[in-house]
Amino acid sequence: MKILVCISKAPDTTSKIAFTSDKSSFDENGVQFIVNPYDEWYALVRALELKETNGGNVTIITVGNVADETIMRKALAIGADDAVRIDSDPKDAYNTAMQIAEYAKGQSFDLIMVGKETINYNGSQVGGMISEALGLPFVSLASKLDFLGNKLTLEREIAGGIQVVEVDTPAVISCAKGMAEQRIPNMRGIMAARTRQLTVIPPISVEELTSYVSYDLPPVKSSCKIVSADNMDELVQLLHNEAKVI
Amino acid sequence: MILVYVNTDNGLSKASKEVVTYAKKLGDSITVITNGNAPNNVLSELGQYGASKVLVDRSVSTDDLQQLIDLVAYSAEATGANTIIFSHDLVSKAVAPRLSVRLKAGLVSGAIDIPNAEGAIRVNVFSGKAFGFVKVNSVKKIVSLLPNSFQPEIIGGNCSVEEYSSGALKGRVKVLATKKPEGEIPLPEADLVVSAGRGLKGPENWGIIEDLAKSLGAATACSRPVADIGWRPHHEHVGQTGVAIRPNLYIAAGISGAIQHLAGVNGSKVIVVINTDQEAPFFKAADYGVIGDAFEVLPKLTEAVNKFKSSQN
Ligand SMILES: Cc1cc2nc3c(=O)[nH]c(=O)nc-3n(C[C@H](O)[C@H](O)[C@H](O)COP(=O)(O)OP(=O)(O)OC[C@H]3O[C@@H](n4cnc5c(N)ncnc54)[C@H](O)[C@@H]3O)c2cc1C
Ligand SMILES: Nc1ncnc2c1ncn2[C@@H]1O[C@H](COP(=O)(O)O)[C@@H](O)[C@H]1O
Repeated sequence: MKILVCISKAPDTTSKIAFTSDKSSFDENGVQFIVNPYDEWYALVRALELKETNGGNVTIITVGNVADETIMRKALAIGADDAVRIDSDPKDAYNTAMQIAEYAKGQSFDLIMVGKETINYNGSQVGGMISEALGLPFVSLASKLDFLGNKLTLEREIAGGIQVVEVDTPAVISCAKGMAEQRIPNMRGIMAARTRQLTVIPPISVEELTSYVSYDLPPVKSSCKIVSADNMDELVQLLHNEAKVI
Repeated sequence: MILVYVNTDNGLSKASKEVVTYAKKLGDSITVITNGNAPNNVLSELGQYGASKVLVDRSVSTDDLQQLIDLVAYSAEATGANTIIFSHDLVSKAVAPRLSVRLKAGLVSGAIDIPNAEGAIRVNVFSGKAFGFVKVNSVKKIVSLLPNSFQPEIIGGNCSVEEYSSGALKGRVKVLATKKPEGEIPLPEADLVVSAGRGLKGPENWGIIEDLAKSLGAATACSRPVADIGWRPHHEHVGQTGVAIRPNLYIAAGISGAIQHLAGVNGSKVIVVINTDQEAPFFKAADYGVIGDAFEVLPKLTEAVNKFKSSQN
């Protein structure tokens, strides 16, 4: 099985979110970057498990600049075989997806896996876009994935439940919770990943269909009104008369 | 011309009324496209929210998302629409990105506002910890609207319902089975949510959460560790790595309020926190706080709600 896993970087989940003074971009000062949790915990680990049972290899791909090699090495340490970086600051989802699709075109991957969404932009866009560009079937938000013969059997999230679906490879899958358990890289993996050669390829020229023009932080809540634990009638009255939510 | 896709598998959901209301704020001529078996008199109700016309292709099933993409793409072409609106749900997450490539239409996912003076649309970024303003550079645009960002507005009006045959082709993904627990309010659409965390000590104690939810007509949710250890089903997990919700009221009992939890719920209009520890970080994000034991406070709150409800009747 030849599997491609799309890996993006994301600020550590405990990062304080701040923007540059003109609010035009995310302030990366002092921010620790991690592999986007969905890409690492679910897509990458399930890809490695499939390789372990079926043979084959797992390539990771990142559209990013040289600073992103840190998170790519983390993915190698967990067990990916090869790493490809498309040398471009990630722009919008469309541009990113077209870069990845262009690379995947000539490579006959059986499976292309992405995370459910990036935790910084939460677009849930890149996977579907890659599948359309390559003319491959797409299964979104899969929480379970098995492979037998040339068939994939998956469980995917639908409104209020789960659907079991089947599709032939090659296909593009977006991975959500349930797909696999997080793997901690061991010392040998970390050491080996340090010196591994990464493939760097130049980007193709693609337009951006969307752009972020500015950012803002939500207003801070005014202070919390404390209601006595013995007076739930008062809380109900406040929710009805003051907050008007019940 | 604006095209709105709504899913009518379970009748007219609140989300479908929200997207038509949203579309009406962007332009005048609103065509709704849908699929499935909802009766015409139900579909024509969308006229109340501003739709001028509903097209329904009864041969397309929501199970076949590939076919749904064709349906929306063909009807966009047939109606000459340059703007397509979805509700940001599990269907649009699968359909809208593919449509974006097919039509070369910039996609704004999870919109929470109409375009501002510069034409940029506000979306949640960093899992609800901040806002971003996104501009679409292409002529064609797709917007998926985050549920509960806009209240449906009845403006009156009628609309026609036309049977539509799009000729959408069948997709390659085959549905083998569907498992759906009956009768629950889907979390992302719920107006009121009662949620609990590790403070509840064990799954056997969830009765007091369900009682309160039932009295209020609320959906239930939980923190991540609670879903991870299997006390509650995964689809109830809210937060940065779970479902992001924006109900009118979010009641959180026995949840500390970790930043990753807040990320999924701080779009709620009003937050009530019940916690024994007055230092719990959640109080900083709350509108109303009760410092106390959930095992005592929740039954009292349920009783107060019941009393209030019966006084209303
Ligand atoms: C990458 C990453 C992603 C994450 N994503 C999410 C996410 O999406 N959602 C999420 O929820 N978490 C997420 N987490 C976990 C998060 O950091 C917290 O660990 C988690 O939210 C804590 O859950 P809790 O509040 O239920 O439990 P605890 O932190 O253990 O808090 C329990 C609370 O209950 C209170 N309590 C105890 N007894 C009572 C009582 N009798 N009555 C009332 N109150 C009581 C305690 O004072 C305490 O505040 C994530 C973590 C990481 C690292
Ligand atoms: N710059 C990138 N490089 C590689 N993969 C990416 C990149 N951005 C997003 N992806 C993949 O696409 C998924 C969905 O991202 P998004 O559409 O931004 O929510 C992520 O979970 C990744 O698997």
